[in-house]
Amino acid sequence: MTRIHMAGAGGLLLDAADGPFSDTTQRRIWATSRELNTRPDVLQTIPGVNNLLVTFDAVQTDPSAMEKLLRTIWTQASADEVPSREIVVPVVYGGEFGEDLALVARFANLTEEETINAHMAGRYSVAAIGAMAGFVYLTGLDARLAIPRRDSPRLRVEEGAVVIGGGHAGMMPCTSPSGWHILGRTDLCLFDAFRPEPGLLRLGDTVRFVRAS
Amino acid sequence: MIEILTGSSLNTIQDFGRPHAMAMGVAQGGAMDRLALSHGNLLLDNPIDAAGIEIVFFPFRVHFHAETSFAVTGAACPATLDDLKLPRDWAITAKPGQTLTLRAPEQGARAYLTLRGGLDVPPVLGARSTDLKGGFGGLEGRALQKSDRLSCLAASTLRMPATGYGLTRPCPLPPANGTRIRVLPAAEHDVFTPESLKTFHATAWTLTPSANRMGYRLEGQDALKLSRPLSLFSHGILPGTVQVPPAGQPIIQMMDANTCGGYPKIATVIAPDLRLLSQTVVGAPVHFETITRDDAVQIIRQEAADLKRLAADIATLRTQLVF
Repeated sequence: MTRIHMAGAGGLLLDAADGPFSDTTQRRIWATSRELNTRPDVLQTIPGVNNLLVTFDAVQTDPSAMEKLLRTIWTQASADEVPSREIVVPVVYGGEFGEDLALVARFANLTEEETINAHMAGRYSVAAIGAMAGFVYLTGLDARLAIPRRDSPRLRVEEGAVVIGGGHAGMMPCTSPSGWHILGRTDLCLFDAFRPEPGLLRLGDTVRFVRAS
Repeated sequence: MIEILTGSSLNTIQDFGRPHAMAMGVAQGGAMDRLALSHGNLLLDNPIDAAGIEIVFFPFRVHFHAETSFAVTGAACPATLDDLKLPRDWAITAKPGQTLTLRAPEQGARAYLTLRGGLDVPPVLGARSTDLKGGFGGLEGRALQKSDRLSCLAASTLRMPATGYGLTRPCPLPPANGTRIRVLPAAEHDVFTPESLKTFHATAWTLTPSANRMGYRLEGQDALKLSRPLSLFSHGILPGTVQVPPAGQPIIQMMDANTCGGYPKIATVIAPDLRLLSQTVVGAPVHFETITRDDAVQIIRQEAADLKRLAADIATLRTQLVF
């Protein structure tokens, strides 16, 4: 079922998605990524949601050899437990900071308060990091809140916006266009290029949202 | 020391970018026309990836406060050092008090100003490139403004003839009648309808004004359609990825593209042709041609070999130049 696609001459995309998001598959994706990162001819690996992008220098490395290596490592990868920290994210929900709360509540057939509680009740896992610096794709969103992304993205969503879209939860590490729905705002600094570890969150971390006091 | 005399929100400091920071979600970044930046650095005996200025807003003017060797490469834009006209892909030494002016390109879209030693701005996450979205790198994470002063990392002059020297074969630029872009099929290529795959290759796509360092939007008469609806999980994407959002008009991801996306991907532009696209002007036609991976690898290896030979030739030439 796993497919490997070309992503240009120096890239390969391993797509292991098979129906709904699989936590086991995601752990194998991380394990494959870690193993590939020890190989000198791998430039980098970018874990996505049940998929993995691998880049290499096609001047030095034969793409078909890399494809074989990727398939071998994927086949052997096991769904290891990864060290996980719990990060608590304080959120100001609704009002001027959560302009889509009412819309999401209507979609979920819940009150705004029930929607907030559903969002806070989740135990989220950082499945992937990307799109923009420090943006995390969080799995574990209450299925009732799995509202599709906006048909046309907002041109400007503020840094710190606490968002949901396409069945995932996330937070905006910088002000940027986004098609996700805004529930609230956090003042946690999610990414700072000048910190020794720029991103606040690591793959596999557990995230919990609480109401900011 | 140089001083920028013309501001814009688009002229930025760029090197080869941050190919090792994508796992953090940081754009690869770097010069959109890496070959042009490389040529400039080779002419100045710099490391090939030294930071220079990517210029897309013209006229661009810079004042030299000290004697400085520099090169102008990339787009064919009328360049003058005070009153002296400079040929394309040319290096020369400016005297203190002189001003370099670059006017709107006659061909191509972006020019590179490289300076002997490379620009001295602090590396962030392994590169000096400006990341406008992230607000870091380059000069304070922003585009260059009037009165910005920049200095270089090493000796600011290089021995060369008084009138300078340059390349007899400047970097190729896209012809006015259209840019031919070679691509490899990407993940969802086969999910597009056979008619759409024909349209993709047969259409003279137009580059829309929505073209920046993040992505180039194209427009064609017929929309590209999938043969069945797809709902993709977010996945890593690279510069060169040709995404097709629901409206059916392709978007080509460029150097500052998001590192992950969710739209179906019909193709990926091979690296040597992505620079040609970056030199394509708004409104110009763009044609896609699908090639095999073996061909792509051969083209990429040929380009790398050519650049190596050029570096060796310039080094030899420099030993033979009479000053």
